[in-house]
Amino acid sequence: MLESILITIATAATPLLIAAMGELVVERSGVLNLGVEGMMIMGAITGFAVALTTGSVWLGVFAAILVGAAFALIFGFLTLSLVTNQVATGLALTLFGLGLSGMLGEGFVGRPGLRLGRIDIPFLSDLPFVGRLLFGQDPLFYLSLLLTAAVAYFLFATRAGLMLRAVGDNHTSAHAQGINVVAVRYLAVMFGGACAGLAGAYLSLVYTPQWVENMTAGRGWIALALVVFASWRPWRVVAGAYLFGGVTIGQLHAQALGVAIPSQLLSSLPYLATIAVLVIISRNRRLTMMNTPASLGRPFVPER
Amino acid sequence: MRTKKTFLALTAAAALGLAAAGAAEAQDDPTKACFIYVGPIGDFGWSYQHHQGLLQVEEELGDAVETAYLESVPEGADAERAIERFARSGCDIIFTTSFGYMDPTNKVAAKFPDVKFEHATGYKREHPNVATYNSRFHEGRYIQGVIAARMSEAGVAGYIGSFPIPEVVMGINAFVLGAQSVNPDFKVKVVWANTWFDPGKEADAAKALIDQGVDIMTQHTDSTAPMQVAAERGIKAFGQASDMIEFGPETQLTAIVDDWGPYYVERVKAVREGTWEQIDIWAGLAEGHVVMAPYTNMPDDVKALAEETEEKIRSGAFNPFTGPINKQDGTPWLAEGKVADDGTLLGMNFYVEGVDDQLPN
Repeated sequence: MLESILITIATAATPLLIAAMGELVVERSGVLNLGVEGMMIMGAITGFAVALTTGSVWLGVFAAILVGAAFALIFGFLTLSLVTNQVATGLALTLFGLGLSGMLGEGFVGRPGLRLGRIDIPFLSDLPFVGRLLFGQDPLFYLSLLLTAAVAYFLFATRAGLMLRAVGDNHTSAHAQGINVVAVRYLAVMFGGACAGLAGAYLSLVYTPQWVENMTAGRGWIALALVVFASWRPWRVVAGAYLFGGVTIGQLHAQALGVAIPSQLLSSLPYLATIAVLVIISRNRRLTMMNTPASLGRPFVPER
Repeated sequence: MRTKKTFLALTAAAALGLAAAGAAEAQDDPTKACFIYVGPIGDFGWSYQHHQGLLQVEEELGDAVETAYLESVPEGADAERAIERFARSGCDIIFTTSFGYMDPTNKVAAKFPDVKFEHATGYKREHPNVATYNSRFHEGRYIQGVIAARMSEAGVAGYIGSFPIPEVVMGINAFVLGAQSVNPDFKVKVVWANTWFDPGKEADAAKALIDQGVDIMTQHTDSTAPMQVAAERGIKAFGQASDMIEFGPETQLTAIVDDWGPYYVERVKAVREGTWEQIDIWAGLAEGHVVMAPYTNMPDDVKALAEETEEKIRSGAFNPFTGPINKQDGTPWLAEGKVADDGTLLGMNFYVEGVDDQLPN
């Protein structure tokens, strides 16, 4: 039973982790994209529709990534080239995505979708207790952890990662050093969109293989909160996503066990736990300041 | 003809002069029927089924009717604006399809005495042009309970609830009573998702219940996710609001299907013919407002029992809430042979014996 619970937690945490990891890179470059929910839902409908019509789940996954990135490109063009307000544009992107996906998905409601199968490594996945958990999950679960490692490596061990962080911390001096601030931010925004699209595909192809309107149900917003929770550190996003997933699943089990705590309170536990941890880790203000991208949300217009 | 507008687009549309479209109506003009939904029509649940009703109105009345709908309209002040816009835009009859539209509907009805208003699941009819309608979903839940008790080996069913409101509590109780009529020791585990619609969370709730040993799943939330989880884990389940057999061809035992179509057709016709009157209808299996999806994935004797139970309720020979019934703590509620009245049911805020859960306040 414990193994099954842990797998459920991993399934709940993975889409949050993937979307948050993308947004982390975006915010590290100094851009605040509140459109995660919109890009995610576009990924969900794209992944579902493409997989169902072509019969290939992987094609669905790739299409979702592309559409997520393309959707982010709209945001990039508006905020980076036309220098519109990032908060307003991000919110508009979310509303646009929710509406458009509903329209595109009208013909896909009530149709069972394809499921991205689990990896099954012979012998290893049959190991007691840890077998299924470590060796028998869906491919995107492994990808989410690889993605975290890659982002952590990129940000803190490569020159390009240093450039990206420089752009996010002080775009004026990064510009003075000859870094193309706008180009770096474009790439980061598109990476964020690709991740959000992938997270959306996870929902409609792995988590609950079906299409229904608004099926993201606010997960894009939770991903945004996780980035702040993680104080813009990749591995802390993993901790946050699994804490959130763990408390969510835990409270459902508590209810099923008949624990005499009001379910409304139990349902709010994941949020309370997240806030509590946030308060605790932000007590060290110097450390928090050090990790916060100083140019976050500030528009940049290069001088000519 | 059908016009679709999202709620946000409505303001813009009104500014463009849509509001002026109403004016006087000649006899040959189509009757305009308008619908307000709380969720997206693509939820494959509550709002989806109401929309199926709209489509049936279009199909049966053809050119005699013109329809319009608004989806995802939040309950409260926004709803009042949306209803009022509809009333101004020449709707002859407006169906408001969520409990939270109750006060806004009555408020707007006062201002437009010539427009007919139909509010689903409410109880306030403050003006002669407001009718209310609802369905006895609990009749279907009782049948599901009977089936569950016969099909379960563990003797425990899982029940995913949305919010602890009387309608949902009534459903849980009806299910438990049905199950206990077969197996007096039958237990029900309840998990509250605290949402009407979140496929991911509903799936997680289903997994949690299965991990704790239930082998029958039922739900009072709107998505097909629990059905899929049940199928994946190889247990049986009941569909909700619409027939979900495609999501669990070997899993679904039956489903409670909300069929609003006939009522909508009847009421729109009544407006057209000038025979519309205020009513308060709470109809169930007998009137065809609640329909059981085909009984599948069960042995013939269980199917026969289910059909027999359905027939008993349909004919009025049996009411699911017939005493003796005790409350959860064992205190008597209904005496032998007594039947609960509608008012008590509509305000139900306690469990009957056998529910393995504390009712949240």
